[in-house]
Amino acid sequence: MTSEAAAVGLTHEASEDTGLGHRGPESKSIVVPYGFWLFVLSDMVLFSALFATYATLAHATDGGPASNELFDRTLVAIETLALLLSSFVCGVAMIAAKRGNMLWTQIWLLITGLLGAVFLFIELYEFATMIGEGAGPQRSAFLSAFFTLVGCHGAHVTAGLLWIGTMMAQVWAKGFQDHIMRRMLCLSVFWHALDIIWVAIFTIVYLIGTLP
Amino acid sequence: MTEDPSETRNVAPGQPHDSMLSESLSYVIGLALALLLTGVSFWVASTSVLWGPGVATGLVVLAIAQMGVHLVFFLHITSGPDNTNNVLALAFGVLIVFLVMVGTIWIMAHLAANMGPPPELTNLHMQH
Repeated sequence: MTSEAAAVGLTHEASEDTGLGHRGPESKSIVVPYGFWLFVLSDMVLFSALFATYATLAHATDGGPASNELFDRTLVAIETLALLLSSFVCGVAMIAAKRGNMLWTQIWLLITGLLGAVFLFIELYEFATMIGEGAGPQRSAFLSAFFTLVGCHGAHVTAGLLWIGTMMAQVWAKGFQDHIMRRMLCLSVFWHALDIIWVAIFTIVYLIGTLP
Repeated sequence: MTEDPSETRNVAPGQPHDSMLSESLSYVIGLALALLLTGVSFWVASTSVLWGPGVATGLVVLAIAQMGVHLVFFLHITSGPDNTNNVLALAFGVLIVFLVMVGTIWIMAHLAANMGPPPELTNLHMQH
């Protein structure tokens, strides 16, 4: 089996795993995060559709405010910093969890969530200010696309915050069991992926959108 | 499930497989690079030193570089044989994202250019 597979180029020198199931399925600690990785990637496909919509409609302002009149780069810089640090601290929390340190796992997860909340608060403040100035999602196609794209990311961050809170409670109540650690790993993948999407948003929407 | 320990196993996405020290170091390096790239992005967007028409392209390149930093140092996606499945899934995702974005922007730009009177004569699009 193995030599046959090697003959048709299905194996790597250092890996016997041909994907043909000759040693049975992988353990749950591999399969579960891999399945979640596929979900995260399809989530990125979803965002790519929203990005494409935004790029198409970015100049369709219908006489309303354009992107370079609306956005405040200082606020965006603070948002970006908060989310990046949050992503980093999430990684630190994973290290603490792997070492089985309950106190520091809880502390780092809490900081991860607080930084995420800072991000979300600034975003909601920005949305409220824009809507207050008459630049709500119903004003123009550009603003509809903006609120859909950035709001969808914000909704993901909100879901992530709820997940972080749930995770803190579960780690506290059940300890570092295998299935809890799997959920922690999925959470960290989700949180890092949100930061990757934010990199695209702050570049395309906020920086390119406010170029002179 | 008995497994031959000599076989290289798969690694879950987001799961580092090095020692603790290099794992911590990976996050620190990632944070430093991400901060650097973010800082450069904001500087590039606000400076007038650079050639104007090239700035947008430069920003996109910086963003793609930063996404790569996040994937490698935060999500621990590597080119190792134990990561093949993760990389292949990622490659497929990137392909679809690329097709959706480039395809849409390409077709819609041509559509806008070829449809009816020029935009300045209609009120549908107030182009800037």
